[in-house]
Amino acid sequence: MSSILPPSERIWWNEPIGKQELVWIGIALIWCLIMFFMMPYWHIYGKQNLSNEAYQTTPQHFQVKVDAMVEKYKVGEEAGIPIVRPPAGSDIYMLGRLWQWYPILELEKDQSYRLHLSSMDWQHGFSLQPVNINLQIVPGYEMVVTMTPDQSGEFTVICNEYCGIGHHTMLGKIYVKEN
Amino acid sequence: MAQFRVCPDSGFYFDKSAESLIKVNAVAAVVALLVAGIMAVGVILTRWQEVHLLPADLFYQALTSHGINALLFWCIFFEIAIMYFASSTLLRTRLAAPRWAWAGFALMIIGAVMNNVAVLQGNSSVMMTSYAPMQAAPHFYLGLILFAVGALIGCFVFLGTLVIAKQDRTYEGSIPLVTFGALTACIIAVFTIASGAIILVPTFLWSIGYINSIDAEMYRIIWWAMGHSSQQINVAAHVSIWYLIVGVLFGARPMSEKVSRSAFLLYILFLQLASAHHILVDPGISSEWKVFNTSYAMYLAVLASMIHGLTVPGSMEIAQRAKGFTKGLFEWLRKAPWGNPVFSGFFLSLIIFGFIGGITGVVMGTEQINLIIHNTIYVPAHFHATVAVGTTLAFMALTYLLIPVLFRRALFLPWVAKMQPYVFSAGMTLMILFMLGAGTLGVSRRHWDMDFTGAALSFEYPGTAYTMMAVAGVGGVLAILGGAMYLVVTVGSLLFGKKLDEAAGLLQSFGVPMSAENYNISQPERLMMAPKLAVEEHGSGGFEAPGTFALAMTLMVCFVVYYFINWDYLASVWPLS
Repeated sequence: MSSILPPSERIWWNEPIGKQELVWIGIALIWCLIMFFMMPYWHIYGKQNLSNEAYQTTPQHFQVKVDAMVEKYKVGEEAGIPIVRPPAGSDIYMLGRLWQWYPILELEKDQSYRLHLSSMDWQHGFSLQPVNINLQIVPGYEMVVTMTPDQSGEFTVICNEYCGIGHHTMLGKIYVKEN
Repeated sequence: MAQFRVCPDSGFYFDKSAESLIKVNAVAAVVALLVAGIMAVGVILTRWQEVHLLPADLFYQALTSHGINALLFWCIFFEIAIMYFASSTLLRTRLAAPRWAWAGFALMIIGAVMNNVAVLQGNSSVMMTSYAPMQAAPHFYLGLILFAVGALIGCFVFLGTLVIAKQDRTYEGSIPLVTFGALTACIIAVFTIASGAIILVPTFLWSIGYINSIDAEMYRIIWWAMGHSSQQINVAAHVSIWYLIVGVLFGARPMSEKVSRSAFLLYILFLQLASAHHILVDPGISSEWKVFNTSYAMYLAVLASMIHGLTVPGSMEIAQRAKGFTKGLFEWLRKAPWGNPVFSGFFLSLIIFGFIGGITGVVMGTEQINLIIHNTIYVPAHFHATVAVGTTLAFMALTYLLIPVLFRRALFLPWVAKMQPYVFSAGMTLMILFMLGAGTLGVSRRHWDMDFTGAALSFEYPGTAYTMMAVAGVGGVLAILGGAMYLVVTVGSLLFGKKLDEAAGLLQSFGVPMSAENYNISQPERLMMAPKLAVEEHGSGGFEAPGTFALAMTLMVCFVVYYFINWDYLASVWPLS
């Protein structure tokens, strides 16, 4: 019963380690290092990396930028929310607030956009479905992600950070058109 | 003057004040589990979309209560009991400052009740995480703060008890491995509670209007230094229990004291870095920081868990082989006491924690892979494998040992106890696997309605997602049944269990007929001497525990395959930079 008793050998740190444990520790350590180096590897060779670009902001400041984009590039409306078609390669904006993603974006396939995201009030979760890209949207911070839609069709932004009683009604849209 | 009782069956020494404190903390833990279990009914039956039991407000309220009672109150009350047991009982010494220990317990109770009242009043449905700037009632935060202060006092009582044992020379040489593991848990707990104070005290002041605002990102970073670390207390505690159970049931000695203790040391050094897992897709945090922290500095804490995963069953295998169960790779395991809930609970906890909890945790904690998993229902699936099976089932298994040893009662309805670990872990595993699947399809966690009723826009999940959530619902109901069986046995034993006045033989008290030699509860006098198990070569190829090694390699293969499957999945989503 020695795991509940003091070690039988007082100088336990000098006892040799069994072969089996050494082999396992070796295998496990190699695996740990492989997993560690996969992350920097993907930063260099992989295509899905989150940028480190972010700015502190305020809801008022962010709203001004969103409104400017909406005014300039509005092409329609759906369920009272403007649909915006900004030029390929430009800076585009989406805000989360109780309980809506605003505005609806219309993008071109295989074009890159600098998507700016922030929250007007509480924390929200930007969950793009059915692609399944998930980002945390935090009030006071403006996150900039360069996104390249490589599929066309209708995509939905679900809020996946709990934001109160209407959380489940918080949906947004991104439409991707073939060029 | 301290008074002692010696358990005639197990030979454990109980200091009277420690004994009472272990009992009350364990009972408080079980009450918290009861509340968490009741709330779980509402949560799982609402997420099962075809049932959709609760309205939105009650659902979020139940989810908040379920999370806090299960993850904080159940686990930490039980861990305080374990710390007192691992210090006072295993070192055969009096408990330091029992009055402080009682004061700490009182604070924990007051805090837990206050927090529960706040949640039940309905204006604090903010989830366990209570992310600012969403605000709860002031007594929600105050309750947590008082609970944490009480737990901190418990930690210092534990440390004080170690000092007393050392001074009084109640043991020779180093503290036992299990106590060492409890010490690891205690050190992590102190770090956890300090982080909790740093974030919850200002948040409390904000809730009563003394502070203007709380930065939402700062809140997340520091809150998770508490939130995730508190689950690391659980890991250290339940790994210690695994060692305790193989020691008590099989007379197993650690394969190597040095290796097992070094693994605990790696926990102390690196485990808390994993708080970063929660902020991998947050704004404003650099990739370098994420990569270093999310990997526990090159996965050194994962290495530690993989070591425990080998040495715990390995030491059991060696002890079993020494008793003659040497046929093939797995006779030692086949001939284990599967009808004894202490064993089955422990072993299922180990397997499910390792194969499901461990692997999914590392995968979703990978910086880039987190993009396809963050805040989906994959996340609660992972932590149900670690906490609800790994920790909770280990605690349940220990309870079945403590009822006769500590409370001196025979198990009530032993056949229920015998089935309980199987029912509970089967239900949990079913729920977990299908929640993992639903998460991969993008189903959100903490979400009342996957039909999005009332939304201006619309979205439909694929039919498979609904099927998966329904199967998860069935699994969840089964798991709740397993939890209820535990509560019936535990509460029933304390109220109606046959009193054990004299040495009854633990075999009988479990109601499990078993041959004495494969159930190795030692006599009091045997406890006094250090066991010297002959280190004979029973294995093959110089491997003392070849069966365990085969299990470990199976784990490794699953791990590698699943890891790269997820990279492949990530590579298929829209390019981001």
